[in-house]
Amino acid sequence: MSNNSSLQVMQERDMHKVVVGQKIMKVVSQFFLYLFLFAVAFVILFPFYWMLISSVKTLDEYLLTIPTLFPKEFDFINYAEAFNTANLGRLFGNTVFVGVVSTILSLVITILSAFAFARLEFKGKNAMFAALLATMMIPGELFTITNYKTVNDFGWLNLEQYGFTVLIVPFLVSVFYIYLLKQNFMQIPNELYLAAKVDGTSDLKYLWKVMIPLALPTLISITILKMMGSWNTYMWPNLVADNEKYWLVTNGLRKFNVTVDNRPDTPVQMAAVAIVSAPLFLVFLFLRKYIMKGVSRSGIKG
Amino acid sequence: MVENKHQWKAWLYLSPAIVLLLVFTVWPIINTLIMAFSENYSSLAGLGGQTFQFGLGNFKHVVGYKGFVTCLKNTMILCVLTVPLSTILALLISVCLNAIKPFQKLLQTIYFLPYVTNSIAIGMVFAAMFNIVGNISSEDQIVTTAGIINNFLGVFGVEPINWINAGSSYWANITVMVVYIVWNALPFKILILLGGLQSVNKQYYDAAKVDSTPKWRVLTKITVPLLSPMIAYVVITGFIGGFKEYSSIVGIFDVGMGPAGDHGRLNTMVGYIYESIKNQQGRASAAALILFGIIFVVTMINLYVSKKKTHY
Repeated sequence: MSNNSSLQVMQERDMHKVVVGQKIMKVVSQFFLYLFLFAVAFVILFPFYWMLISSVKTLDEYLLTIPTLFPKEFDFINYAEAFNTANLGRLFGNTVFVGVVSTILSLVITILSAFAFARLEFKGKNAMFAALLATMMIPGELFTITNYKTVNDFGWLNLEQYGFTVLIVPFLVSVFYIYLLKQNFMQIPNELYLAAKVDGTSDLKYLWKVMIPLALPTLISITILKMMGSWNTYMWPNLVADNEKYWLVTNGLRKFNVTVDNRPDTPVQMAAVAIVSAPLFLVFLFLRKYIMKGVSRSGIKG
Repeated sequence: MVENKHQWKAWLYLSPAIVLLLVFTVWPIINTLIMAFSENYSSLAGLGGQTFQFGLGNFKHVVGYKGFVTCLKNTMILCVLTVPLSTILALLISVCLNAIKPFQKLLQTIYFLPYVTNSIAIGMVFAAMFNIVGNISSEDQIVTTAGIINNFLGVFGVEPINWINAGSSYWANITVMVVYIVWNALPFKILILLGGLQSVNKQYYDAAKVDSTPKWRVLTKITVPLLSPMIAYVVITGFIGGFKEYSSIVGIFDVGMGPAGDHGRLNTMVGYIYESIKNQQGRASAAALILFGIIFVVTMINLYVSKKKTHY
C-alpha cells in the first residue's frame, strides 16, 4: 500500500518534471523566435534608419572613417538644399498630375469594361476575355519597343506641344485591373441588376448607385496601386521625356547629383531620397489594409 | 430585341479599352514579330524607304553578341541566387511569425515596408551603405571606408571589401545586388506565405502535437506541403520578376549598369532591350521575344513541377 503510493508520488513528480521541462523548452524556443524575428526587423529597417540619419549629417561627419551611428549635430539644411536643387517641387507636381489624371481615366475605362464583361451578354465575350488575360503573360518590355515608335509617330514625343500625354495614354488600360474588378462585380447578385432594369434604371445610374459603392474596396486598391505606379515608374519616362520640365520624381531623383569639391554630397542626396519616400510611407500608414490586399492579389509592383 | 441592344451597348462600354489595347498591346505584339524577323530592321532605315527581308538575322546577331550574352548571364545568375534565397528566407520568417502572438501585427507591418518604397530611391541608400567614400580617384587603394557595411563587417574581423566602387570585383557587385534584391523581394513573399499559413487548417497541427512530432518534421511534412500552392506562386512570380531585373541595378549602379570604369558589366536582358530601343528595334524585338520565351518556359516548368509536387 505504502509502496504503491510512493510509486504514485514518484510518477507525479516525474510528470511534473516533464511539464516543467516542456515549459522551459517553450520559453527558450519563444525567446529564439523573437530574437530571430527582431533581427530580421532590424535588417529590414536599417536602410531606412541609415537614410534618415545620413540625411541630417554634415558632409564632414558623413565622411568620417568610422561612421557615427547617431548624428552629432542635426543639419536640417540638407532637406532645404535637396528640395531646391533637385527641383522636387516641380517633380512632385508633375508626378501627382500624371498620377491623378491616369488614375481617373483608368478607373473610368476599367469600370466600363468590367461592367460589360460581368453583366452584359455579347458575342465572343469569353474568347475576348481569355485573349485579354493571355496578354498578361507577355513582358511589358515587348510592348515598349513598338510603343516608343508609335508615340513618336503620333508626335507625342514633342512634350512642349502634347504635355504629359505620352506618359499617361499608353498605360491607361490594365487587363489585371479589369480582371480584378470583373471578379468583384460578378459577386454582386444579378437580381439587383434585373430589378433595377424593371424599375427602368439606366445602366450608368445602376453602375454609379449600386456597383461602384459595393466594389469600393477594390476600386480603392486599384487607385492606390496606380498612384504608387506613377510614383515609382522609371523606364518609360526616362525613355520619352528628355525635357527636364516633364520629368517624374524617380527620374529626377536618379539624375540628381550634388557634389562638394568633387565628392558626392551624399547627405543631401539622402535627404532627397527621404523626401521622395515620405509620401509612399504616409499612404501606407493610412491605407495599409487596401495596399496589402491589392498586392496579395496582384503580385506586381506598382 | 433586348439582346441586340445589349450587344452594341457592351461594345460601346468596351470601346475605350479596345481602342487602347489595339494600339498599345495588340499592334506591338504583331509588330514585334515583324521587326524581329526582318533582317537588320531599324525604323529609321524603314522611314528611308528601305525594305527588309525575312530572316533570323536579328536572333543570330543577338545571341552571338557578347554584350547580350553578358546580360543573359547576369540575369540568370541573379535569378538563380535570389529566387531560392528569398523564398526560403520568407518561408522561415513566415513560419516563425505565425508561431508568435504579441508583436505579430507590428512585425508584419515592418516586414512589408520595403514594398512601399521606390526601388531606385532605396537602391541609392544601399549604394551609400556599401560605398567606400574615401576611394574616389585612386583605383586600387581602399583608404577611408566610411561605408557602414564594411565597418560592421570589421567588427567580425573582415577586411574592408570594395563593393561597388571603381575596381570592385564582379562577385562583390553581385553580392550587393543579391542582398538588395532579396531585401526587396521579401515583403511580397512573406505577405503571401503568411496569408497561406493563417488559412491552414489547425487540425493538422493538433494531430501532430498529439503524436508529439518533432518541429522539423512538422515543417517539412505538414507546413510545406500545405503551403505548396503559395510557394509555387511566389516562385513563379519571383522568376518572372527576376528575369525582368533592371531598375534595382539602376538604383545602385546608375544607368551605367556597372561600377565606374566597367560600365555595362551588370547589364540585364531588359537593360539590353532598352539600350537598343531607339535605333536597333529589330534586335530589341528579338531580345524581347527571347526574354518572353525564357519566361514562358520557366513558368511552364514551374507549373509542371508544382503540379506534381503540390498537395491540396
